[in-house]
Amino acid sequence: MSVEQVGPRAPADGLFIAVEVEEWAVRDRELAAKLAEVCPVDIYHAGARGIEVVREHLDECVLCELCLNAAPPGAIRVIKRYDGDAPLRA
Amino acid sequence: MRFFEYESRVVTAKVGIPVTRHGLAKTADEARRIAEQIGGPVVIKSQVLSGGRMKAGGVKFADTPDEAARHADQILDLEIGGHMPRGVLVDDRAPLRREYYAGVVWDGIRKLPVMLFSDMGGIDIEEVAQTHPDRVVRVHFSTLRPVSDWQAKQLITSLGISGSALNRLTPIVARLARLFLAYDMTLAEINPLGELQDGSFVALDAHMEMENEARRRQHALLHELGVGDEETRLAREPTAFELAGEQVDAQDHRGVAGNVTEFDGDLGLVIGAGGGSLTLFDAVRAHGGRPANYCEIGGNPSVRKACGLAKLVLEKPGVDKIAVMMSIVSNTRVDIVARGVIKACLELGYDPAEKIAIFRIPGAWEDEGFKILRRYGVQYADRTVSLHEAARRAVESIGQGPMRSSEAATADGAAA
Ligand code: SF4
Repeated sequence: MSVEQVGPRAPADGLFIAVEVEEWAVRDRELAAKLAEVCPVDIYHAGARGIEVVREHLDECVLCELCLNAAPPGAIRVIKRYDGDAPLRA
Repeated sequence: MRFFEYESRVVTAKVGIPVTRHGLAKTADEARRIAEQIGGPVVIKSQVLSGGRMKAGGVKFADTPDEAARHADQILDLEIGGHMPRGVLVDDRAPLRREYYAGVVWDGIRKLPVMLFSDMGGIDIEEVAQTHPDRVVRVHFSTLRPVSDWQAKQLITSLGISGSALNRLTPIVARLARLFLAYDMTLAEINPLGELQDGSFVALDAHMEMENEARRRQHALLHELGVGDEETRLAREPTAFELAGEQVDAQDHRGVAGNVTEFDGDLGLVIGAGGGSLTLFDAVRAHGGRPANYCEIGGNPSVRKACGLAKLVLEKPGVDKIAVMMSIVSNTRVDIVARGVIKACLELGYDPAEKIAIFRIPGAWEDEGFKILRRYGVQYADRTVSLHEAARRAVESIGQGPMRSSEAATADGAAA
């Protein structure tokens, strides 16, 4: 399982889904733990440096918005690459 | 799952149906010893999970223990229908007055079990039903209420059997019906059910098949019979392709994407949903298509599993395209399956628009799914296109079956 830290200029890209995390949120370890807990398909990982994304799980995203609900507004973007990069919850 | 005859005999005897004296032999010497114990003419029968034993030379008669040993020696080396025997059944060759048939099968149309009885036993019951339909009687019975002897008696009486024979046959047929329910059988038959010279009845051969899904529930019985968890008991050993399908399905707990059966056609199938697999498989064949496989997808498998299954089918030698079709889904997400099959094409270096003959899965999250399919130019159809029409289009797209030029380029709700 490869995890990586992501920022707005370096989104974690799947074929269908991409996730971006704002710079001000990415090192928030408390938020990282919350995201790891809520995502049903384990896209987030709470790493030593904060929020990490499991790239090979990205395309399993079920568009449930639980991560968006758990994070402060604007901290995370889930992007539907197949839909003209439309954000989940515009 | 199917049982060997020697196992079916155990099940039959377990419920109190009389069986002839018999024993399972794995060597010629064992066969001789069993024949000596029986002490008279015997029948030596190959124990294979395959029909046509008699024609193939897998059933022989012997008057002495030495003859029984000689026959056993030959039969133990005889392959029948691609199977080597597990042993031979050495069976008392009881002198008979008459042969009957008693069976219970599942009627998939009425969704009820049905008791069958005939006074023409010893031959294939389907043949009797065709040539002498008046000699086969049947009655459906409930899976919820206990089976009564009265139901069996009515059935046997309808063939004009009365008196002592009726009284002796009734508990046998009723017990067979109870056995069918108690052990989750899909087939339980005794053929022939022999009437001995003294007027008593005895099971001379038994054939049982149990619902595969009941293996866990019937663990005690299987343990008693010595059937291991690893024994598939299918008509043939699974192919490498089918085993790979099992591995795909075992990748994670989400949904089903497997249950693969290999065929030799060129149209790969990723199909499923509440009987949809069978309907679609038949529909493809009805339109002249040659399926490369059967499979089942449903219960919302992960993208990874849908992708794994599609890849497996796409990589099968001879497969030209895949058709991804299900009936209307409520517990499987259209977008997740769409992602899986497109990912499979891309990872193998194929253009999804070329390799997916048709995608016809309407239902949960279809709008999102259709967006994905449009993005990759895949031909898709919504619920206004029937399963049969979807199958026809799939067959047509790989140049099989009859062409209908007026419809060839159409696609209801399909991507431009
Ligand atoms: S939308 Fe749901 S599935 Fe997708 S990343 Fe967020 S929590 Fe995970």
